[in-house]
Amino acid sequence: MGMTEAILLTIITAATPLLIAALGELVVERSGVLNLGVEGMMIVGAATGFAAAILTGSTVIGILAGIGAGMILAAIFAALALGLAANQVATGLALTILGLGASGLIGSAFVGARRDALAKIDLPWLTDLPVVGKVLFGQDPLVYVSALLAVGVWWFLWKTRAGLVLRAVGESHGAAHALGYSVLKIRFLAVLFGGGCAGLAGAYLSLAYTPFWSPGMTAGRGWIALAIVVFASWLPLRAVIGAYLFGGVTVLQLHAQARGWGIPSQAMSALPYLATILVLVLISVRRRGDAQAPASLGTPFVPDR
Amino acid sequence: MRLILERRDDRPAWLALASPLVAVTLTLIAGAVLFALLGKDPLAALKVFFVDPLSDGWALQELAVKATPLILIAVGLTLCYRSNTWNIGAEGQLVMGAVFGSWLALATHGSANGPWVLPAMLLLGILGGMAWALIPALLKARLGVNEILTSLMLVYVAELLLDYLVRGRWRDPQGFNFPQSVSFEPEATMPILFGAGRLHVGFAIAVVVALIAALLMARSLKGFEIRLAGEAPRAARFAGFDTARTTLLVFAVSGGLAGLAGIIEVAGPLGQLQPSISPGYGFTAIIVAFLGRLNPIGALIAGLFLALTFIGGENAQIAMRIPLDVTRVFQGLLLFFVLGCDTFLLYRLRRVPSVRAA
Amino acid sequence: MAALLEASGIVRRFGALVANDHVDLVVAPAEIHALLGENGAGKSTLVKILYGLLQPLEGTLSWEGRPVTIASPAEARRLGIGMVFQHFSLFDALTVAENVALSLPASTPMATIEAEVAQLSRAYGLPLEPRREVWRLSVGERQRIEIVRALLQNPKLLILDEPTSVLTPQEADQLFVTLEALKAEGRSILYISHKLDEVRRLCDRATVLRLGKVVATADPRAETAASLARLMVGTEVKEARATAHATGAERLVVQGLSLPATDIHGTALKDVALTVRAGEIVGIAGIAGNGQDEFFAALSGEVTGDPGTISLDGRPIGSLGINARRRLGAAFVPEERLGHAAAPGFTLADNALLSGHATNGFVRRGLIDRSAVTAWFRRVVSAFDVRTSGPNPEARALSGGNLQKFVVGREILREPQLFVVAQPTWGVDAAAAATIRQALLDLAARGAAVLVISQDLDELFALADRLAVISEGRLSEARPTPSLDRETVGLMMGGIHGVAA
Repeated sequence: MGMTEAILLTIITAATPLLIAALGELVVERSGVLNLGVEGMMIVGAATGFAAAILTGSTVIGILAGIGAGMILAAIFAALALGLAANQVATGLALTILGLGASGLIGSAFVGARRDALAKIDLPWLTDLPVVGKVLFGQDPLVYVSALLAVGVWWFLWKTRAGLVLRAVGESHGAAHALGYSVLKIRFLAVLFGGGCAGLAGAYLSLAYTPFWSPGMTAGRGWIALAIVVFASWLPLRAVIGAYLFGGVTVLQLHAQARGWGIPSQAMSALPYLATILVLVLISVRRRGDAQAPASLGTPFVPDR
Repeated sequence: MRLILERRDDRPAWLALASPLVAVTLTLIAGAVLFALLGKDPLAALKVFFVDPLSDGWALQELAVKATPLILIAVGLTLCYRSNTWNIGAEGQLVMGAVFGSWLALATHGSANGPWVLPAMLLLGILGGMAWALIPALLKARLGVNEILTSLMLVYVAELLLDYLVRGRWRDPQGFNFPQSVSFEPEATMPILFGAGRLHVGFAIAVVVALIAALLMARSLKGFEIRLAGEAPRAARFAGFDTARTTLLVFAVSGGLAGLAGIIEVAGPLGQLQPSISPGYGFTAIIVAFLGRLNPIGALIAGLFLALTFIGGENAQIAMRIPLDVTRVFQGLLLFFVLGCDTFLLYRLRRVPSVRAA
Repeated sequence: MAALLEASGIVRRFGALVANDHVDLVVAPAEIHALLGENGAGKSTLVKILYGLLQPLEGTLSWEGRPVTIASPAEARRLGIGMVFQHFSLFDALTVAENVALSLPASTPMATIEAEVAQLSRAYGLPLEPRREVWRLSVGERQRIEIVRALLQNPKLLILDEPTSVLTPQEADQLFVTLEALKAEGRSILYISHKLDEVRRLCDRATVLRLGKVVATADPRAETAASLARLMVGTEVKEARATAHATGAERLVVQGLSLPATDIHGTALKDVALTVRAGEIVGIAGIAGNGQDEFFAALSGEVTGDPGTISLDGRPIGSLGINARRRLGAAFVPEERLGHAAAPGFTLADNALLSGHATNGFVRRGLIDRSAVTAWFRRVVSAFDVRTSGPNPEARALSGGNLQKFVVGREILREPQLFVVAQPTWGVDAAAAATIRQALLDLAARGAAVLVISQDLDELFALADRLAVISEGRLSEARPTPSLDRETVGLMMGGIHGVAA
């Protein structure tokens, strides 16, 4: 395998969890809810997914367990932020704190356990094509799932009536309510979807990317996924670009560390976080004055009496 | 029959006091369930967690030592959250305060300098935290960049910077290659309050800071400005307040206090710089601020309670082999319950008859 | 003929407030029925019940003779009830067609919707472009979306909530033509309003609500505006009356004021010029969103600019902030009561501090003098008869009229030399509106320069000595009110300039 191939491959695997989590959060935010707990849902997904896979010996069950765990946390968030109209920022932070703790409890028995990474798909002769072969056709199944998810979310939001309703709810919950839509129910479903995606992204980390469990292994990826949603201006296909950009930064950092280059390793490790800040600054400068965020993002909705 | 939220016309004072207490009670119940699930005796575990740390004077001193950074940071966050500004990077500001202040401790190490060193270190700590907090604040005030994400990202950066320093330039040459600095000179260490105990001047500083903040929030025009910016930003501009400057102010204050907490922690209980100087005080302080109902005096009390969970968690790990992560789960649950209970200050739950479509 | 819709004995309470107290309403087929009442009389509550947004606690509804329960707006639409809201339930970021689609069954294809919108807008004279985003549209166009949206359901009953409050007289005339056409097709219309001339002109029957109760059912054409007003308000409302006084020197001078729009949905001000003399009330008419917010912000100092563009008593103030202007004797009341003029969750005392901290001696060495604030806010409450539920309630607990009396009163008690007020009586009950208008007239009579920005032409004609019109960020020359008529002003509001008076 050539150098370029290897780099492209690692970029894709680094970008996939970011993309999946970002797409989930994008749908959540389009419905007008800001769930800052992506990091928490993601890491519980990683711990639960890995634990379930070890216990059952099945990667598929592991992945499903990861998704389920993310959705359970999302449901807790929804109960507070939607059911009780609690402050969404604070509730999301609580979810992250809870998730970090819970993942430690769930994963504690599995530290040091190992299993094979999710198998890559091997298509006869397509995978053997030079350069693009392994990159396009030799990935693990979840990479394709993430691509389908991106297209699917785009199609849902812009081509279906349900997607239109979801965007309408995020735009003005009062108007949507007045038309008779059940704002809280729609938002609840969106939040659950976001939780499932975050859980899946976490399971990808522990079952395909590393593949093992270590405490705190998400290392801020959930927060970067949130930044990708902002970078993408709440557009799913732009989220793909964002995720691959950050995947690229991660890989650049790993390669640079491997080669030394005389730069302190800590400086390289800081790269994704600094890049996130830089990207947020650039997007704000470019977008001055023109708000593209869903208009009721983050504001709690209480149906009037 | 279904339940709906209905806005309260009144805002009874007893509810505001009862709400955090109910939240704590609910957390204890949830904790008992959690211990049972982990296969431990719930009552014994709760006792180790919440009662034993209060058993003697020594333990109480330890509690106050742990509460010191929580109170300092939470008081600052109270101002932020009151003004609807979301600084969640206090952990990074704490680290930068420790780094700035420690620079002086290390620069003056090994020579006699007199009593000015410690106050200067504290001042540098405040400046360090403030400077770090002003990055997201300026980005928000000038360019409208979301402060939640930037302040959080800077936590990772600050921690990596500290890691670099204690493994590199600032490592103790006689330290057998351990990643830590030299132990600070006595003149660069927080004085102990009572004889041979652990309780240091930092706790007194935290109490004074909380009292001053409470007074200023309730009585000063600046406090009014901060509350108004959070309640109705347009009305704040109508009152003639510059909301961008309010953002800078609350970030500067909260960053400064987090930085102060950082240098106090290093110059106090730790006595030297290490790769990790905080078990997440900056994040736990968020819970402290909310449990204290975004009131500095409340933060003082809530800080002591959250300190209990840290000590209780350590005790439970030693005594009952309960994983340390339980502490975090506790803290997360507590914040959930606090937020949930606060809903009932604004709304009452009302049962309405469900209707069936004709 | 059997009634189309019959509501009987409807009761709805909110806490201690009885919003609907055994209300009866009968709407006949092919009838334009007026629902009359003051702000707070219970009209909105009744309408929400009819449209399925609220459930009555007591009482029954019947539709075409059959008893029904209207559990949701979708249910109402299925029966054949359409609704045009006063505060439009539109989505700014979505297109016209998307907005319409949201009130149709999910199976209707987008292309069909676009075609139907185009067809309906031709048929009823409601021009609309299906693919435009709503935030680009004028208020009148937005209302057309609401009407088209309702008509697509082919309703038998169309409910309109205060539809003309945002329209020019010409746009209102156009709307009446549409409504007459709908009636001719056999549809009924429930027309909610407090504008009595309109009701007398358009409606076949009127149900009058006062304090949650039906006080009369009348034929509006057989009544006079005065007799309807008596029914609505219950007592004779004193008309605000100006005392004779002379106008003095130029107090407020605005010249060459241009200001870029602050956000993409805003309107830039273009070369605005205006003079207000001592003792004079000048009115600014215009449809919402034509630069009124920007003009208010420029005058108040919430947005600052070149010093020379605005002067007060000969002194350039264009670069001064709002508190510096207050110290020079200016006072302001913005349009939005909750969230701009007052902080909803703050007490009235704190809301007195909000606009008075720089001028009223409330603050000493950075600390608030609570007793001074309390004394002041008590003075405002008693001088302007602000009715409150407790000694110092939160602003949001007050009714619209009482809160408006408070935010106007806290400024007028300072005896300002210049008073700028936007929408002084929007959504305010008649008695409070009369109090506020009288206070404005008296303030001018004492020598202050008063500027009233309003969309309510009746109010401006009643108050203003001179009148100017703002349209797309440009301000017309102010002319003496007696030399103007509603038609001319209406045309200018619609953007037609240079009409000879």
